[in-house]
Amino acid sequence: MTAQWLSCDGCQPVTELSRAPRTVADILNPMEKKVSAMFRSIALSAATGAVLTLTTSFALAQDITGAGASFPAPIYAKWADAYNKATGARLNYQSIGSGGGMKQIRSKTVDFGASDAPLSDEELAKDGLIQFPTVIGGVVPVVNIKGITPGQIKMTGNVLGDIYLGKVTKWNDAALTKLNPGVPLPDADIAVVRRADGSGTSFNFTNYLSKVNAEWKAKVGEGTAVNWPLGTGGKGNEGVSAFVQRLPNSIGYVEYAYAKQNKMSYVQLQNKSGSYVAPDDLTFKAAAAGADWNKTFYQVLTDQPGKDSWPITSATFIMMHKLQDKPANATNTLKFFEWAYNSGDNMAEELDYVPMPAPVKDLVRKLWAANLKDAAGKPVAFK
Amino acid sequence: MAATLPVAYEENSRMQRSTPADLPPQRRRVAPWADRVFSILAHGAAWLTLLLLVGILVSLVIGAAPAIQKYGLGFLTSTDWDPVQEKYGGLVMIYGTLMTSFIALLIAVPVSFGIALFLTEMSPSWLKRPLGIAIELLAAVPSIVYGMWGLLVFSPLLSTYVQMPLQKAFGHLPILGSLVSGPPVGIGILSAGIILAIMVIPFIAATMRDVFEVTPPMLKESAYGLGATTWEVVSTIVLPYTKTGVIGGIMLGLGRALGETMAVTFVIGNFNQLNTLSLFEAANSITSALANEFAEANEGLHQASLIYLGLVLFFITFVVLSLSKLLLSQLKKGEGSRT
Repeated sequence: MTAQWLSCDGCQPVTELSRAPRTVADILNPMEKKVSAMFRSIALSAATGAVLTLTTSFALAQDITGAGASFPAPIYAKWADAYNKATGARLNYQSIGSGGGMKQIRSKTVDFGASDAPLSDEELAKDGLIQFPTVIGGVVPVVNIKGITPGQIKMTGNVLGDIYLGKVTKWNDAALTKLNPGVPLPDADIAVVRRADGSGTSFNFTNYLSKVNAEWKAKVGEGTAVNWPLGTGGKGNEGVSAFVQRLPNSIGYVEYAYAKQNKMSYVQLQNKSGSYVAPDDLTFKAAAAGADWNKTFYQVLTDQPGKDSWPITSATFIMMHKLQDKPANATNTLKFFEWAYNSGDNMAEELDYVPMPAPVKDLVRKLWAANLKDAAGKPVAFK
Repeated sequence: MAATLPVAYEENSRMQRSTPADLPPQRRRVAPWADRVFSILAHGAAWLTLLLLVGILVSLVIGAAPAIQKYGLGFLTSTDWDPVQEKYGGLVMIYGTLMTSFIALLIAVPVSFGIALFLTEMSPSWLKRPLGIAIELLAAVPSIVYGMWGLLVFSPLLSTYVQMPLQKAFGHLPILGSLVSGPPVGIGILSAGIILAIMVIPFIAATMRDVFEVTPPMLKESAYGLGATTWEVVSTIVLPYTKTGVIGGIMLGLGRALGETMAVTFVIGNFNQLNTLSLFEAANSITSALANEFAEANEGLHQASLIYLGLVLFFITFVVLSLSKLLLSQLKKGEGSRT
């Protein structure tokens, strides 16, 4: 009786259907059909895609894209927001790091690249790029020692280098007590904190140490990432400030905005002219004023002369192609920065950046007018 | 006996009534191509995975080619990592990755075993569900949260209550002393390993619990009936029965530990030098180095070396997986000979 169940007609097709195709032909045959169907659907979607891009490119004609340094990202975002409200044009800035920004602008996937480290004139010429500075900031050594207030400790660049080299290991080392008579420096190991990720902040810091400490230059050198002789690595400015705030007797370096907003104990540094200065917008401005922008925009503002110059000042830069395939985008980009130069200074100051001095802005405008051309050789308009 | 008879009789009679009143309806074949399509999609999905794997491998090799040409296998034994002078070697990161994962497993496996054992054999039934859900929820915590917690909460605790006492106790001994030397700041290999352990415990524990639960109750009950203790049941019945699943769970955890990035980068210290073998010393792992340096790496040797590191991690994972397969096949062999 039960056998009848097993051999019933209804069951037979089920087993046959559930058989997987075992031969190559079984698989390939339907695949052929599938592939041709796929091509058809690709052609179809390409056609609709073309229509879509046509319509979107009209809608987004005002949009510009940039990518690069994370240090100026907050001010670019703020400018973009205000610019959007003022003109309706939009800026899309991806804060992916200076190195990434350089890659993107070289491959022309963005309208402008942004970097904290300027390119040398030869590098610019090689890639057919121009660069101009947008805002100025400063890198600030910060410490966390019980009872030490902001600005209470003074250091020379050389001593700072020795700390980061591991030659000065105690806070009450003679090199430090000599510079800080009367300051209660503890008999404790210095916990060195530095950036773990590659960054423009590290570039400016190591560039400064290379200028003022010969051993640093020989052993470590300068770069966005270097072979740190010691120290704990924090990720980003926020990582370093978190480490410094958490580790007792530590020293680190962060962008000025982080030191100010977290009320960290900054260090007074001796500048090239021999005077001790505290980091603020005035000392950053003084350092920027000392640079000779007339000759080239390749200006690393560390260790600048001048009585009031903060020694680890840095500008952040925008890179654009000289020859513009898409002059409309270039015009929009320049319009944005022109607008930022004219009406963005207050916003920059609110975020603890220092705007560029007016003469430098004029030089940048001259650079735009002289160098940015479309394919026909016509200058790119920006006004 | 008297009670079972009617049941047997009833069953018997049900079997007798089994001639269907009607034949089942003819199977309708509405879409004869549907099976084909499904089969192609399923095949496609499987092949796509394989293609992706090969594609990733190929692109890693191409990306790493400059570094492979320059350093060859010496990359694996060199401790230099100097982007300024363009000298690269991966030993520091490889050591960091392996050591943190090892510490993680050292802690996570016994703890997970305990959790699974408790949940399946000893827990009162009202506690099973909430506890099980809590452990599964741990797996859903984003890794960056573990990282921040590790940096801000855990590492100060580790520094004051573990590292400092350990240094006091063992600091002067020859081998142990070197393992615990270094600044007790709570950041380094040990804290990264412990954070990783916390992160992989839910994976291993959940897998172990699931496989422990599929052990046939009859086997366990028989052993209990013979007077076995809980431990004897677990070690002689449950574990041998579930070893494939248990090892699979451990491998799952190890895979996660090897590849974990964000949490590690917060607490490992990101220090590219191997001066001591101390567990308290800041170090670096492959994933952490990649995450930190890739965005700003210059095209050329720096980037190629980072991709080379990625390739090495790929290889390590592959070796670990192969070893676990090998181990399993050895265990299976043993199984045959014993019974």
